[in-house]
Amino acid sequence: MVDSLQYTPQITLEFPIGEKDFFMAGESASRVKKTLQQLGLKQDIIRRVAIIIYEAAMNVAIHASHGLLTVHIDPESISIQTDDKGVGIPDIELAMREGYSTAPYEAQEMGFGAGMGLPNMKQCSDELSLDTKVGKGTTLKAKVYFISKEHPG
Amino acid sequence: MKLKEVQQILDAEVLCGEDCLEREVTTCFACDLISEMLLYVKPQSLLITSLINAHVIHTAQVMDASGVIFVGGKKPDEGVIRNSAMNNVPLLTTPHPIFECCGLLFTNGIEGDKKNPLGRD
Repeated sequence: MVDSLQYTPQITLEFPIGEKDFFMAGESASRVKKTLQQLGLKQDIIRRVAIIIYEAAMNVAIHASHGLLTVHIDPESISIQTDDKGVGIPDIELAMREGYSTAPYEAQEMGFGAGMGLPNMKQCSDELSLDTKVGKGTTLKAKVYFISKEHPG
Repeated sequence: MKLKEVQQILDAEVLCGEDCLEREVTTCFACDLISEMLLYVKPQSLLITSLINAHVIHTAQVMDASGVIFVGGKKPDEGVIRNSAMNNVPLLTTPHPIFECCGLLFTNGIEGDKKNPLGRD
């Protein structure tokens, strides 16, 4: 297991996500996990990144008309970003509250949309930011450092 | 406990992954919410659920679960079972409802993982 990737080139992975493309949410998390395992990263880091990706991609699939998930791996951290075209978030504070959800019944029926997505992502990331415009779309950025103050060990 | 013993305790039918029944099960988590599965399903833990869609399999695979138990005799469709077999996620279905299923495993020695989901105690 390694704490940094000094000898590894930087890697960028991109996953386009369509409206209601729930499959791609799990698939992107699965593919990134395999890449991180091949790089020999710690299980704890891989787990946190996989959760962020699954939740972030799922939010795009549920709420946006389409979007792009970008995962960038550099020697010290992993950056996860989603850019979507969609409804945006009118009240970020409310959206961050556990249990608050605007997901349609269709998503909830499949086990999604429990109002835990953003709180989960916040818990798993070292940095999280949201830039949203109502009616236009949302950009979410999350970062996980290989050596973290918030998540030691 | 091995997955094979879990199968016997729950009178479960193996839908796929016969070759995975020697896998160790260290803890269990029961829920029907994907977000909770992501947080609480740990490597070598068994997921107990009444959801039978393809996303449950994806989630179990991403979180390295030992396997998935469907309660109340539920069975996913053939495509989901095939996909799960390809990804080495064993699937079992038990006639017991979720409460009995958890009770049976608990009284036979399997406990939930009480640690903070992200290891931050």
